[in-house]
Amino acid sequence: MADPISALSGASYDGFASIREIGPLGMITLRAKPDAAGLAAAISAATGCAVPAARRVVINGDRAAGWMSPDEYLLVLPYDQVAAALAAIAGALAGAHHLAADVSDARAVFRVEGDKATQVLAKLMPVDFATLEPGELRRSRAAQVAAAVWAQDGGFTLVCFRSVAGYVMGLLTHSAMPGSELHA
Amino acid sequence: MSTRLAKGGRLIDRTKTQGFSFNGKRMTGFAGDTLAAALLANDQMLVGRSFKYHRPRGIVASGAEEPNALVNLGSGSRLEPNQRTTTTELFAGLEAASQNHWPSLEFDVGVANNYVARFLPAGFYYKTFIHPRAAWKHVFEPIIRQSAGLGKAPKDRDADRYEQAYAFCDLLVVGGGIAGLQAALVAGRSGARVILLEQTAHWGGRAPVDGDVIDGKPAEAWVKDALQALGEMQNVTIRNRCKAAGVYDHGYVLADEKVADHTPGDGRPKHRLWRIRTGRIIAATGALERPLSFAGNDLPGVMLAGAVRDYTVNFAVSPGDRTVVVTNNDDAYRTAIALKEAGLEVPAIIDARASVTGALPAKARAMGIRVEAGRAVVKVKGGKRVTGVAIGLQAGEGAVLDEIGCDAVAMSGGWSPVVHLWSHCGGKLIWDEAQAHFRPDPKRPPTNHDGSAMVTVVGAANGALTAAAALADVAAQMGGEAKAEAVEEAAMEPVWIMPQGAGPALKMKMWLDYQNDVKVSDVQLAAREGYTSVEHTKRYTTLGMATDQGKLSNINGLAVLAQSLNEGIPQVGTTTFRPPYTPVTLGALAGEARDEIFQPLRRSPIHAWHEAQGAYMEPVGLWRRPYCYPKAGESHEQAVHREILNTRKAVGMLDASTLGKIIVKGPDAGRFLDMLYTNVMSTLPVGKCRYGLMCNEQGFLSDDGVVVRLTEDSWLCHTTSGGADRIHGWMEDWLQCEWWDWQVYTANVTEQYAQIAVAGPNARKVLEKLGGMDVSKEALPFMAFVEGHLGGLPARVHRISFSGELSYEIAVPASHGLALWQALIAAGAEFGVQPYGTEAMHVMRAEKGFIMIGDETDGTVIPQDLNLGWAISKKKADYLGKRGQERVYLARADRWKLAGFETLDGSVIPDGAYIPAAGHNPNGQRNTQGRVTSTYHSPTLGKGIAMGLIRGGLDRIGEVVEFTKMGGGTVQARVCDPVFYDKEGEKGNG
Amino acid sequence: MLILECPYCGVKAEETELSPGYEAHLKRFGPGSSDDEFNDYMFARKNPKGVHFERWRHAYGCGKWFLAARCTATLEVFGTYPAQSSEPPADLVAKIKAKRPDWSGYK
Repeated sequence: MADPISALSGASYDGFASIREIGPLGMITLRAKPDAAGLAAAISAATGCAVPAARRVVINGDRAAGWMSPDEYLLVLPYDQVAAALAAIAGALAGAHHLAADVSDARAVFRVEGDKATQVLAKLMPVDFATLEPGELRRSRAAQVAAAVWAQDGGFTLVCFRSVAGYVMGLLTHSAMPGSELHA
Repeated sequence: MSTRLAKGGRLIDRTKTQGFSFNGKRMTGFAGDTLAAALLANDQMLVGRSFKYHRPRGIVASGAEEPNALVNLGSGSRLEPNQRTTTTELFAGLEAASQNHWPSLEFDVGVANNYVARFLPAGFYYKTFIHPRAAWKHVFEPIIRQSAGLGKAPKDRDADRYEQAYAFCDLLVVGGGIAGLQAALVAGRSGARVILLEQTAHWGGRAPVDGDVIDGKPAEAWVKDALQALGEMQNVTIRNRCKAAGVYDHGYVLADEKVADHTPGDGRPKHRLWRIRTGRIIAATGALERPLSFAGNDLPGVMLAGAVRDYTVNFAVSPGDRTVVVTNNDDAYRTAIALKEAGLEVPAIIDARASVTGALPAKARAMGIRVEAGRAVVKVKGGKRVTGVAIGLQAGEGAVLDEIGCDAVAMSGGWSPVVHLWSHCGGKLIWDEAQAHFRPDPKRPPTNHDGSAMVTVVGAANGALTAAAALADVAAQMGGEAKAEAVEEAAMEPVWIMPQGAGPALKMKMWLDYQNDVKVSDVQLAAREGYTSVEHTKRYTTLGMATDQGKLSNINGLAVLAQSLNEGIPQVGTTTFRPPYTPVTLGALAGEARDEIFQPLRRSPIHAWHEAQGAYMEPVGLWRRPYCYPKAGESHEQAVHREILNTRKAVGMLDASTLGKIIVKGPDAGRFLDMLYTNVMSTLPVGKCRYGLMCNEQGFLSDDGVVVRLTEDSWLCHTTSGGADRIHGWMEDWLQCEWWDWQVYTANVTEQYAQIAVAGPNARKVLEKLGGMDVSKEALPFMAFVEGHLGGLPARVHRISFSGELSYEIAVPASHGLALWQALIAAGAEFGVQPYGTEAMHVMRAEKGFIMIGDETDGTVIPQDLNLGWAISKKKADYLGKRGQERVYLARADRWKLAGFETLDGSVIPDGAYIPAAGHNPNGQRNTQGRVTSTYHSPTLGKGIAMGLIRGGLDRIGEVVEFTKMGGGTVQARVCDPVFYDKEGEKGNG
Repeated sequence: MLILECPYCGVKAEETELSPGYEAHLKRFGPGSSDDEFNDYMFARKNPKGVHFERWRHAYGCGKWFLAARCTATLEVFGTYPAQSSEPPADLVAKIKAKRPDWSGYK
């Protein structure tokens, strides 16, 4: 089987901040209520993370668990471990009403890095980044498309839909062009 | 003449000379100049022509309110029309050209309008060009358009880039004068998050020009200290060259930052549009000086007194050697004093007030300036330039008592607060009798999301016109203790017409709106003709409708209207203040959204392959899908026909990745889908597929697609390509808002899978060649699916067909989509595989009589209209749309229903064609009895085929009807069964 | 441009992150209902100048529908609450009555 290819095959741009498309990453949409029996075990089995609190993301190395809505979680893990994780989730949540779907290929993931990474995002998202709390996962839009973003490893991780990866790369590139810094 | 003074100029750097050109003439200025200042320094007083009469016009103001001095700035890909020279910072190499003149600025043919001005009064266009109707379009409008109009629209692509940015704060202070600076200091010290904006490049506003003293320091030094203190506050952001253009609901403010207007081509974005969300807005936007209405007040050389002062003090530019000051207030005396201090002559100050006392007049008199009290300018003398003024009694009718030679006139009719930001969201105004202006009524503010006041206005914008009053106002409203030394000023006296008893001849030369050529006589005429509302008068006379939006003219105009109507000014009221404060360039509004990122283009995982093959792409929602794959020398039509014939004869491949895919899972999922679809999905066996219809609550068809039963408690719903997000939202709406106790989860997995249709008699051979899965008729019958590996890729293979052929739709994870596509192309080579596009898909489905959402449906069609009763459950007590479909008129026998049509001559019925019926409707239009919904040339059948809706539907099979054609004539077609090809469905079942 | 706080995730979302869903607290009338009932359910919408209850979806956020009470004249927002509510919460009703004594109630 050929290696899976991400939407932009790892495109990158270096402006006043650096932009990299990363992936493919394993991603699972897990829909369940916080009180579903086995939820903590399921999330832990897939990511080693605790159940994230509302609007938070728990990061564990190359894995993460994010709160997407009151009954939806985003699980991030290595691409080749999704099938095993789905099986583990099914086991842990057997008997509880839930839905777990592989969405690894439905997404594109970007890293925005550098001292001024926030400025790139501030041009695109109606989000007050000064009040973004540590470990907060913010769902909003980047210009005309949906995006989720969180701070990680001194930069930001931004997730959008795969089909608009080229558009988002264009947005990030335009916004990171040298000379367009919002402030020093 | 206007000239550069030998000394002074607080904003210019005489060591940096900057060359520029005006109408091709080379000139020089200094760094720090505005274009207006540099033009005046080069004695270029004449800068344009007025809109209607093409009268010569000079620079009037020194800021955003300038009505006359608008130019085409730059050229080619950097041409910008209607740029104010007064707010344009000079840079080396700047090119400007005057507008609204033909053939030249100095000699303008349109000025003939000036001599027939008495025949072009207010409402002239309305009155003259009404009859004959046709003449407007063919005669009047082209002539008016040729002679009117301001700047030239750029023809080239804009070479610059623009962007937008979001900002958030507790307090947004607008205006970098002393009131704004002090407000920001007070707010900053409280710890609030503060943003302070100033529209110009400079801080301090008028105070440094007026020589105010604040906290014992000269204003200039105080401003410098304030900026330093603000710069040290981490919670304060200051931004100059950034204009707050508009205030919107819930503390939303748009601000236009001119990042690189003054440094074109330096690689930075030209403008940046800020979208600011603030808790509260502090508007410290200052005040604008009003002109006085005297005859000839539009001649080049007549300027606002404050502007004359600005040019002299800020740029060391004198508008004239001899300047007469005409005023109704004390502030204008500062101009006379400043001119005198610069070594220039002030032959006289004409003061309309009968009694002139106060510190500033005393100082002027002490400097030897002649002060004429109770006097008026009766008339300004001169042609393209002021040569003198005739003066008389303000109380009189215009008898000339004296004439004074001068080359400039500095006028002041008092000051009007800039209340725009207060008013944009509904803040109300009160009339201040003492200062003769409207100012914010603090009892009626614009309100915020919590009902609190959203805007606070401080300083001159609040009617606190002097430095001392402005800072006292900040202290009263916000705290803090900065104080300016008070300079005593006597009361101003409203003067709306000068002299007050002027007759018609003079009033015809008193300009209110310079750019639009609206005069005192026009407003009075409007009043006589019954225009009593200020909003109507505005539109009838065009007062305040020019690019300056009435910044200079509105108060004077409505005062004249009030006088004409014998009403008070507050009773007449003002026109509505709407954003933006000054124009915002379209580039800034578009921001990053141009070219490749104008809108999000959605690409399938196989998109790059299609493009590499030269596919002709068509938009489907935001997706781009291959319409066809033309080969060299092939037209699109030929390509489509080839693709169809090849699919019917051998095998074709379609990228169907864009189809919506939604997983629905849970104990109540079956029950939920039975509500969503018109047919029953809960009984679908695991491993099977079923076609389903979705309707809205009115019963009209909204989407269709194949539903797959994945497991006992989960289904996969396919939607139309454009419908995935909408249908997913529709599902969530019902689950969250109506049946919230049902245990159902949905997940939109549209983009998780690439989906490829392989269709045609050789389809099975292609899949078998790839291998890994039993795709035989027995293992994978029609309307079933299997999961496994195909060609080594994890795949779900459905036996479903939209073409009528033996067809497989293969879904693989998107990141393997291209690999599968290429594997199928390779495996299919020996079987004659070719890709086909959306148009071939459309034609093939039409040959089979399959409906298409959006073609056969338009939001008024129920499934029964399309003979889809078989897909509607009669047993179900309820489904979305069932009650709607029970409405009496939807069951009427004369509804238009689906039928097929074949033309008698084999031609193709035009898209959108109607079938006329006898008679006419009440609007005089022909009655109709049907219309075409899908119409194609079928290469399979070698003739035109169509589907359409016709009254009576299939009951009329065999009848010949006529369809309209574009440009007249009709085409005859026979009503038939809409299934044109393989009626028994043997091929798809194969 | 409005800001509404999503009662599910607490984000103070701006209008561009939301999609509107028109009048709240409609009762669905399906098969068996009278023509008048169905007509009102389908087409009769309130359009008050003043207090109004609306559906909004946090479309670019957590995806949840919620309900909002606001004044259509001043755009004052009195509160937001989950869509799984058959009627406005009592404390919200009391708050609105205190601010708008003339308000006739949500029905």
